[in-house]
Amino acid sequence: MAGHSTYVPASGFERWLDSRLPIMRLMHDTMTTFPTPRNLNIWYTFGGILTFCLAVQIVTGIVLAMHYVPSADLAFNSVEGRIMREVNYGWLIRYIHANGASMFFFAVYIHMFRGLYYGSYKAPREVLWLLGVLIYVLMMATAFFGYVLPWGQMSFWGATVITSLFSALDQVIPHLGSAITTWLWGDFAVGDATLNRFFSLHYLLPFVIAGVVGLHIWALHVPGNNNPLGIDVKGPQDTLPFHPYYTVKDAFYLSLFIMLFAAFVFFAPDFFGNPDNAIQANPLVTPPDIVPEWYLLPFYAMLRSIPQKLIGVLVLVGALLTLAFIPWLDTSKVRSCRFRPLMKQCFWLLVADCVMLGYVGSQSADAALSLGGMQLPLVWLARLGTAYYYGFFWLIMPIVGLIETPKALPESIAKAVLGAKAKA
Amino acid sequence: MATATKPEPTRRDFLYLATGAVGAVGAAFAAWPFIDQMNPTSAVLALASIEVDISSIQLGQQVVFKWRGHPLFVRRRTPKEIAEARAVPVSELIDPVARNANLPDSAPATDANREFKPEWLVLVGVCTHLGCTPTVSTPQSPQGDYGGWLCHCHGSQYDTAGRVRKGPAPQNLAVPPYSFTSDTKIKVG
Amino acid sequence: MKIALPLAAVVLGISLCAAASAEDTSAPLPIKHMQWSFDGPFGTYDQASLQRGFQIYKEVCSACHSLNLVAFHDLAAPGGPGFTEAQAKAIAAGYKIPAEPNEQGEIFDAKGNRLTRPGILADHFPPPFPNEQAARLAFGGALPPDLSLIVKARAGGPNYVYSILTGFAQRPPKGFKVLDGKFYNPYFPGRNISMPPPLMDGTVTFSDGTPNNVAQEAHDVVTFLSWASEPNLDQRHRMGLEVMAFLVLLSGLLFLSYRKIWKDEH
Repeated sequence: MAGHSTYVPASGFERWLDSRLPIMRLMHDTMTTFPTPRNLNIWYTFGGILTFCLAVQIVTGIVLAMHYVPSADLAFNSVEGRIMREVNYGWLIRYIHANGASMFFFAVYIHMFRGLYYGSYKAPREVLWLLGVLIYVLMMATAFFGYVLPWGQMSFWGATVITSLFSALDQVIPHLGSAITTWLWGDFAVGDATLNRFFSLHYLLPFVIAGVVGLHIWALHVPGNNNPLGIDVKGPQDTLPFHPYYTVKDAFYLSLFIMLFAAFVFFAPDFFGNPDNAIQANPLVTPPDIVPEWYLLPFYAMLRSIPQKLIGVLVLVGALLTLAFIPWLDTSKVRSCRFRPLMKQCFWLLVADCVMLGYVGSQSADAALSLGGMQLPLVWLARLGTAYYYGFFWLIMPIVGLIETPKALPESIAKAVLGAKAKA
Repeated sequence: MATATKPEPTRRDFLYLATGAVGAVGAAFAAWPFIDQMNPTSAVLALASIEVDISSIQLGQQVVFKWRGHPLFVRRRTPKEIAEARAVPVSELIDPVARNANLPDSAPATDANREFKPEWLVLVGVCTHLGCTPTVSTPQSPQGDYGGWLCHCHGSQYDTAGRVRKGPAPQNLAVPPYSFTSDTKIKVG
Repeated sequence: MKIALPLAAVVLGISLCAAASAEDTSAPLPIKHMQWSFDGPFGTYDQASLQRGFQIYKEVCSACHSLNLVAFHDLAAPGGPGFTEAQAKAIAAGYKIPAEPNEQGEIFDAKGNRLTRPGILADHFPPPFPNEQAARLAFGGALPPDLSLIVKARAGGPNYVYSILTGFAQRPPKGFKVLDGKFYNPYFPGRNISMPPPLMDGTVTFSDGTPNNVAQEAHDVVTFLSWASEPNLDQRHRMGLEVMAFLVLLSGLLFLSYRKIWKDEH
């Protein structure tokens, strides 16, 4: 899409097709000759890995839906009895799907932090970043709906807690929040009607994600890839054709990723799971600790760090919305943190902050740390973490961009890459 | 793309070929679980063989059981019905083969080859045309001209041995694999 | 990064040394950690242990606990206790399954008892009580949980179940109050458990001459229950090793291809 097409139809049929539906030309220009910066590192392979994850989730999900029964009475048995025991390879397909969700989020977090570190959200890639944020939010919704489907204790109570977030709107307009939660449930509590609609939405959303992924890739192909140096491509000497250079590189790292994936599926399939979800949902008994899946824990910690319900929900929603403003919050002229010494430190602190928030989110609400005899409630750690999260994006990003003196940028990608080689 | 001269093209090609081939083999193996999951589950297979009690079936009566999701006809034939079935020469039949899972494929469609005991006819109640369930003929409510079954979907008729006598069905009603475990019980499948 | 990394380490370090609560006699003890044949990537179920464990489930646990998700044909499936199909059929036939309505449309006999028929391979293990209420009535309000997924449904898995089964021997500490109708078990949350000690030395007699002390009985029944929770573990581990071997080969070839293609471009 960038530059003119170099596609030459190889046969009569391709010529015939090309004048009617230039799909081969599209494939050729986007996946074969597409000029790609020659210095993309391992962190740039996660886009391809994420496409793989989406495909795996859709294929395994369609298969599981062939055997799953979205009914409060039968859902648990259809998963734990039929799929896990009776369907041929049902256990394998379910474990791939369940662990696939975790692998998907693992990859998306690397992908997002990579974008943050190398400034991939900056002009001219704002729309690319926004579409990515949209995909991330859709992924969270899909994962949440999916987690409800096995109808275990954690499914049921997770659904209850998350949907009850909307009841905070009661504090804005009386009864509005309760009306919304009742509408979401189709009942006065999470029940059969809720399960059915969540199943329907869980089946629908991945295809919406696939559509937005298409736009995301389109928006990538207009300006082309950013790169670890964060400088623009200046000419053909800076790029390599996508195929075979990046197809083989992506394939190699994808293969390593699948190895990690398979290690969980075959040797620790319940690693990300919760024992309570092996107990059928019981609306009369709440498990002692309601914990969301690990990929939602940082946001869960933020929610719990605020004692006021409505503000807690707003902080949670705001944390996600913040991501959409990043392209305009960063005032720096330089994209890559490689050349931004101060920003680089703030970035790694943000990574540590998210890990810490995740840990706090995994602990029970009243947990405390003992620091040399002093009791430090974890909720204060969560408040500190939440403050840094917001501070990073709304204060550090604009301010550091103005006060920091970036290091000298290299002249071109080709010089930076091949020059280093010449010395070696 | 700075490939200088043409160094060792064969080894290069072989490496790529091998990589692609290994990847393709892996993809093929990975596809199998996704195909096999559509086959009957272990729960379905565990029901593939059933035992039915036939002690309460009266002379001239047919009782229908369910076997592998299909109707299973168990008909206790009257001496008249048996005699009618035995009187038909095999040469007159549309399908001259017994279609009895307990006999070789080539066994002729004599009445004796359609059952273990003359009185008891055990058949899969699926019309061999397009899978409808034929209706049983009784003296009170005759179905078709041969005293056996009539399929209302497309008019196929079967005689008292379950052999097709009038099209469009191409084959006799199938005799499932079964055995008498006692005088009053049969095991099917 | 120079500041951030040590800082992150400190934060993590703080996080990891979570506070241990003071002496609390109602908090459960840390569970025992045992060796299981099915541990690790090469683990498989010990067939003899599974058969003994099944005997214990049948003779002891099944009086109160259901095993709803397990079918009789599973007993003869690969990776399981290794009964022959004939043995599994005989086991099934030994159970009474609530019968389907007879020709008169009845499911109760003249005395009001539920009509039954012998089990077949396709049947699941019948529950000891017809419904939850009946079970609670029999146990003073407590409900013996279904055991089909018990090992997966408890943090600690087999080690937790083993600790509970062998935990009854310990005496309560001074001043600890064992509630009426409850039993002391230090591995149970709150330490008051409704289940009476299920296993004693000699509770069952194994036909293969294995010693029938509590430890051995607990070990065998936990093995059986682990299989009931995860019947495809053997196949999963075997397939996992094959997949890993394949991926090593594929990754190796891809790496060589990658190196070759990029040879002149770094």
